[in-house]
Amino acid sequence: MAELTASAGSGVPHIREHYMDLIRRKRMYGGLTLAIFTLLMVSGFVLADSRNAGGFWDGILNVFDFPHQVLSEAWEKIDLLPAHLVHFFPALIETINIAAVSTLIGAMLGLVLSLLSTRGLARFPRLIPLFRRSMDIMRAIPEIVIALVLIFVLGGGPVPAMIAIALHTTGALGKLFSEVNENASLKPVEGLQSVGATWFQRMWLGVIPQVAPNYLSYALLRFEINIRASAILGFVGAGGIGYELKNAMSWGQGKFDEAAAIFILLFGAIVLFDQLSSYYRHRLTSGGAA
Amino acid sequence: MSIAALKAQADQQFRYKRLVNFGMPAVILAYLVYIFFAFDIPGLAERARMDNARTLVADSYSYKTHVTRDNRSGDVSIAIEGERKGRYAPGTSPAWVALGAETVIDLRDGHQVIFTNTGMRYDVPGYGLITAEPGTRGVQTNITGDVPDWINLSKNRLAITTAAGRVSVTRNRTEVFRYFAGWELFFFTLDSPYFGHGVTDILFGAQIDPVRSNITGAWQDFWGNGMWRHADVAWAIFETILMAFLGTMGAALVALPLAFIAARNFTPMRTARFGIRRVFDFLRGVDGLIWTIVLSRAFGPGPMTGALAILVTDTGSFGKMFSEALENVDDKQIEGVQSTGARPMQRYRFGVIPQITPVLLSQILYYLESNTRSATIIGAITGGGIGLLLTQAIITQKDWEEVSYYIVLIILMVMVMDWLSGWLRRRLIQGDESGH
Repeated sequence: MAELTASAGSGVPHIREHYMDLIRRKRMYGGLTLAIFTLLMVSGFVLADSRNAGGFWDGILNVFDFPHQVLSEAWEKIDLLPAHLVHFFPALIETINIAAVSTLIGAMLGLVLSLLSTRGLARFPRLIPLFRRSMDIMRAIPEIVIALVLIFVLGGGPVPAMIAIALHTTGALGKLFSEVNENASLKPVEGLQSVGATWFQRMWLGVIPQVAPNYLSYALLRFEINIRASAILGFVGAGGIGYELKNAMSWGQGKFDEAAAIFILLFGAIVLFDQLSSYYRHRLTSGGAA
Repeated sequence: MSIAALKAQADQQFRYKRLVNFGMPAVILAYLVYIFFAFDIPGLAERARMDNARTLVADSYSYKTHVTRDNRSGDVSIAIEGERKGRYAPGTSPAWVALGAETVIDLRDGHQVIFTNTGMRYDVPGYGLITAEPGTRGVQTNITGDVPDWINLSKNRLAITTAAGRVSVTRNRTEVFRYFAGWELFFFTLDSPYFGHGVTDILFGAQIDPVRSNITGAWQDFWGNGMWRHADVAWAIFETILMAFLGTMGAALVALPLAFIAARNFTPMRTARFGIRRVFDFLRGVDGLIWTIVLSRAFGPGPMTGALAILVTDTGSFGKMFSEALENVDDKQIEGVQSTGARPMQRYRFGVIPQITPVLLSQILYYLESNTRSATIIGAITGGGIGLLLTQAIITQKDWEEVSYYIVLIILMVMVMDWLSGWLRRRLIQGDESGH
């Protein structure tokens, strides 16, 4: 290398100049990106602040007013808290049930769709783009859109939320599953094909056993997300703990002890399932493979 | 191990496997049966409002024009979707309505309704002439004998539904509805001079409005369309994206320094590490819903509230992920930078940040896309962005074409953000993370 550059004539100074030039350009690009980013953040902040009903600087001083109100009211009526917890527990169960059932249905549909849209495994290779696009669309629709429309048609209750979350889960898990499928070994599938297995048998016996731990791990993560989603959908009228929370909140002062009980239940459930799912996911990805 | 013992072991494994293979589906099935009754799915058929579903679907691809005769004054008015903003100026009418002493309304396929001075005549092909005269004693009709099921007749009201349209006669007014495919007045409302002109007309035709040039005038009237409010909708979409952007980026900026404190290899002090981690857990555990409610109390409705709710929740998620990424950095690069005499800040800047940038960026961009969806939902709760418009349109239960318009826009918005975040990820993390 040294001989090569030495024979080029201009030698080390030339290389250094070239290098410094590169660095300068890189710094300039970096600085420019940073400047654009800062500009976007600041102007976005100012814009959002001007469009908000209450300003940021007023609000930041009052952030703790509401939690303080809730806590002080809950503290005054601390003796009622256990009764509230028991009273709202069925609503929590409903929220968790919505999440569980929609994860289950979404995982099953996502499994089928992912197998149909993985190159090398698909039953109808020509339809792969169709299944992929349909998963993209399912993933793109926010749950609230489907939930609100279905609440209008089916009336309030858990079913609209269940369908809405299940559809979104199908799209989201389908994509993750098909990424897993792409890494699956085709050897068992070919072996099964050579003995005349149908497509269903090839998938069930050749692919699923390979990918099941990863599938389960993704489904658990999704379950955790879906609990949050189903609580939020309850707030717009789809039943469960979110609905109770909305009622307690719209009642305002005087029912904040109930709101506090619901906060506790929701927080507890989310943390519990978060821990459970991360524990099992850890076991599936590290212990399950061994 | 003896053969018998091996065989017993194999048998036991088979039994276990069989149990799992039949047991798991049985458990799932039992759970689904429980849900079937817990969610009262058998009762769903009763509660479901299929007529709502029908209006929803029909409205999403068609609209109706009302031709209304006030039976007291005899005035005839024509309005698209019966809305004030879609009303034809008095004396004007679409081509299928002939105003005059008798108003002649041409529905499709030979169906014709005539408003007379005293009532209305409807010539239904294949059935015959129906006349109806509203009076003080209710609605008098010539319908005798068996009433077909597409006619709904009571003392005070006559309603006829055919393939061509709908007619309703009450004492106060006579109304005819004709259905058209498409979204009404999507580009221009009736009061705009550009209504009824095509694209070529506007671009290359003669000047339509004497005051404004065609393109500016058409754009002003389209953008300020009173029925579809394109400007407001575009602004709402922008507000939603703004919420997602501010929330995600703000969360990343807050979480990065905190993540250094929470990472084992950068903070030897156990209590600080533990404390910050519990803060992350708390932020994540409280969940976006509760943060949204708490923050909307302090900040009021608007995009800032939504952005802050996303920021607070995601600080927890980012903090956890970033600190995990920091724990996985390679010490060799840091030592290499240190050996050149770099100070701590320089060590972080040149030894650590380049290693974790790809991971961080890909996670931030992934969250940006997913937060666009969250921002729609949060907007519906706090009141801001496209989520608010959507809930408002659904609550009024009238403008389902607007609901479908918003839904289409939301889906497009999320897909564009998905594409954009994927594109940025590929551009910024050049090739080294291909396939992610």
